[in-house]
Amino acid sequence: MKYSGIKVLWEGLRGNMGWKPLWRNPDPKKSYDIIIVGGGGHGLATAYYLAEKFKITNIAVVEKGWLGSGNIGRNTTIIRSNYLLPQNQPFYELSLKLWENLEQELNYNSMVSQRGVLNIFHSDNQRDAFVRRGNAMLMSGADASLLGVNDLKKMVPFLDFQNSRFPIKGGLWQPRGGTVRHDAVAWGYAKEADSRGVDIIENCEATNFLVKNGRCYGIETTKGVIKSKKVGVCVAGSSSQVMGKIGINLPIESHVLQAFVSEGLKPVIPGVITFGAGHFYVSQSNKGGLVFGGDIDGYNSYAQRGNLPVIEDVCEGGVALMPMVGRARLLRIWGGIMDMSMDGSPIIDKTNIKNLYFNGGWCYGGFKATPASGFCYAHLLATGTSHHDAKDFLFNRFEKGRLIDEKGQGNQPNLH
Amino acid sequence: MLIDHPLLGLRDSSEFIYMGDAKLLNRPNWKSKNSKTKFIDYGYLRKNPGGVHKELWYHEQGDRSWLVVTRNTVTHEILKVELARYLKRKENAK
Repeated sequence: MKYSGIKVLWEGLRGNMGWKPLWRNPDPKKSYDIIIVGGGGHGLATAYYLAEKFKITNIAVVEKGWLGSGNIGRNTTIIRSNYLLPQNQPFYELSLKLWENLEQELNYNSMVSQRGVLNIFHSDNQRDAFVRRGNAMLMSGADASLLGVNDLKKMVPFLDFQNSRFPIKGGLWQPRGGTVRHDAVAWGYAKEADSRGVDIIENCEATNFLVKNGRCYGIETTKGVIKSKKVGVCVAGSSSQVMGKIGINLPIESHVLQAFVSEGLKPVIPGVITFGAGHFYVSQSNKGGLVFGGDIDGYNSYAQRGNLPVIEDVCEGGVALMPMVGRARLLRIWGGIMDMSMDGSPIIDKTNIKNLYFNGGWCYGGFKATPASGFCYAHLLATGTSHHDAKDFLFNRFEKGRLIDEKGQGNQPNLH
Repeated sequence: MLIDHPLLGLRDSSEFIYMGDAKLLNRPNWKSKNSKTKFIDYGYLRKNPGGVHKELWYHEQGDRSWLVVTRNTVTHEILKVELARYLKRKENAK
């Protein structure tokens, strides 16, 4: 289905009776060229780029629940490319470039809104670290500028500039960052993948892998056996559960991350703002709710709900940065399960089993990576080699000592 | 979550620092065969189960003991709490 202004007008005149579902609801075929396990943002993006860039359309995406029922529907919708390390930054910049063209490419309104990401700093040392980060961003072709206190007072006058413990000294500003309507990303990719012949099979859980002589040739599902030349796992949050079915231990712990939304307010927060002295990030949705979050709870969990101490910590961070939010009422709190990897960076790689591929370990930065993750995973699945901008996201970096550790925390997943 | 400390009774989990899988108690011998592979496994690979999980909690805001907590990662129910040093002593006495 093609969306256009004329179509909207035409349907308006005909009582909106001509709109159709965005994707079919097919039964699985006996075999495919590629099966993608996991119908979330990354899996659907992978299927789309396989069909669009590599012209492979005999693909199934199998999803345990309904489409986009995992973390694509649970995140805080922020997109940005403000990383430091050379293994990460070009990848996230590729992602931001794909975001910028996403709506035209998918013919779908995902509400990509580049209203800017502002990282506040509170000390001279932190400023120096942010200058270094800004330079790394510029070198990768991204945009970044350093703002002083006077710039911030014009842009975000409601911050607590004179906070006695964490006075605000300035901010690192990326104007091209912003927010995206997260569910619409899954729907847009699903629509375009489906229209190119990809079978999206919902309510179909992958229960095991078919492996013979070290080669994977399909999967068992709740809707029967499906054979395939290649299988790509893309189930961040449940990665250890799925790979555990064939005895693969991953460098990953699953943790719960909570997100929050307030009641709807008048427009007050211009873009995305992050606190530099604690963990708190906030933006305002188009409906007016403040969408914010902070740290993970910090213990292994598959519960999709968290505990109160982290809620208190996040709200304290928010009030320290912008005291006015103290009067906003919380509307909803929810949790999602993160693949927290041992160095805080993702994995897009082959496994020891031939024809079985893995994409996961996104920690809590997976949403912004959705297009580039799909793009690079499609490249790996189609060509058998890593995409240039994802060439370091490999399993063997842990044994080789080539960790990609943005925060320098070591192998302690709950600190990344 | 409340953790039933064997010496101090019920304590709020926010007094503790979480260290992950209790397999960290069993550091491989560096002189053993395949010690490199064993250390990669020890340092980086985790079972990460959905269900019963044995894990290390450090009572930093309390008596600074290490606990081995058996907890369900799906329901957050705590099933058993033991002092790590007693477990190690028992193991070493064998």
